[in-house]
Amino acid sequence: MSTDALLRTALNAEHRALGARLVPFAGWEMPIQYPSGIVAEHRATRAAVGVFDLSHMGELRFTGPGAVEALDRVVSSDIAGLGVGLARYGLLVNEGGTIVDDVIVYRLAAADFLMVVNASNVAKDRAHLAARLPSTLAWADESNATALIAVQGPRALETVAALVDAPAELTALPTFGVIRVTVAGAPVIAARTGYTGEDGFELFTATSQAVGLWRALLAGDGSSSGAPVPVGLGARDTLRLESRFALYGNDIDETTTPLEAGLGWTCRLDKEFCGREAILREKAAGGPRRRLVGLVVEGGIARHGHAVVADGQEVGRVTSGTFGPTVGLAIALAYVPVAQAALGTTLAVRIRDRDVPVRVVLTPWYRRTI
Amino acid sequence: MSMVREGLLYSKEHEWVRLEGDVAFVGITHFAQEQLGDVVYAELPEKGAAVRQHSSMGVVESVKAASDLYAPVSGEILERNIKVIEKPELVNLDPYGDGWMVRVRPTDRGELGVLLSAAAYREHIGESPGTGGD
Repeated sequence: MSTDALLRTALNAEHRALGARLVPFAGWEMPIQYPSGIVAEHRATRAAVGVFDLSHMGELRFTGPGAVEALDRVVSSDIAGLGVGLARYGLLVNEGGTIVDDVIVYRLAAADFLMVVNASNVAKDRAHLAARLPSTLAWADESNATALIAVQGPRALETVAALVDAPAELTALPTFGVIRVTVAGAPVIAARTGYTGEDGFELFTATSQAVGLWRALLAGDGSSSGAPVPVGLGARDTLRLESRFALYGNDIDETTTPLEAGLGWTCRLDKEFCGREAILREKAAGGPRRRLVGLVVEGGIARHGHAVVADGQEVGRVTSGTFGPTVGLAIALAYVPVAQAALGTTLAVRIRDRDVPVRVVLTPWYRRTI
Repeated sequence: MSMVREGLLYSKEHEWVRLEGDVAFVGITHFAQEQLGDVVYAELPEKGAAVRQHSSMGVVESVKAASDLYAPVSGEILERNIKVIEKPELVNLDPYGDGWMVRVRPTDRGELGVLLSAAAYREHIGESPGTGGD
């Protein structure tokens, strides 16, 4: 992808002023890290609070009569049963039963839904949905008009609550709850969702409001210990992997099925939705032949694309791998045959022509304790 | 802190060499560790290994990526820094000191001639001359 055509979020100048290292990501110029570095940003999010610019993410909006029925038929999870003011994770699946995208659907009102999709998939998802939704349904791509700032960590609530017009409602918001509030003067859709394994919020606002909101969130209450820090995509990746959240394009894509990826729980097979028949066929045929498993690597760091080896034979591939700063281990996700997917199985990952022992372990590697 | 230290020799691949008698200490530069980010894993050649100038002799990995460690001189490895293997963040914290990687006995001191001076390395990484010196 050429770098001269990169899109910039409304916070691009803020990132530059903070000394961020900017990299191309899904067609956007995004901060991979700030000067303190990935590990420090990761730890700050686990210990206190991190603030993330996620404005590259896609936002599709569905409104009007028929929206709930239509979405229920293109998303794997139960959208018909989703209450107003709540959100749900789900998948877009194609007729072949592989994963087009993973999304979160927010029900803002009875007939008003926000679907957050991966930045790299916006165009593909639009085409997928346009071919499958009723032509009468009103929907729009609001990605370029929407800024998204996530506030994540044990101090996320107090950080946002100090700036919100309705602190009691914000505090009472359940996990996967969503409300409209004003934060630091900016009208936002605030959701108690995230991709770090911590408590926190994702704040959707108009791009024109992004800078003011970002600055207010980072200013915090002025105390130096545990102050909000900006966090880039590098730490976002280590945080999500420790929590075993799948990353589209790495761990899941149109060559993987929900059952293989361990995402069968997102598929309500007792309702009609695109891809259901293929998933039912996969189940009827005895289930998936391979599974996405968690690994701990002893003596090296496994990376995306490395071969998984058993008895000298390649049996699978690593889809994500890094050093997990909080768990203090080299961790990875990999697809392996079902016969080798049992917890405790010893395999190897081929790292620079050397077979490094790995063990299949229970995931997530990290789970917050409060 | 300046990225480049006087009195050392540098490779274009961002290793530094400090000569002590007939032995050379080798590490990666401040610039290299900064580009790499938080170092979380290091694979270093064992004692007795023969390394060849400009050839890979190990790997340094950050959270994001793996990076080859090139031998700035040919020679025999006398020691690898176990502290760096046990505590890789030393490479970030003290790249020219406790974060050294290996001790080498160079087999051909003539090879040192292709290495860069501090001033030349500073130019190589685009650091302006005025900011040099510790």
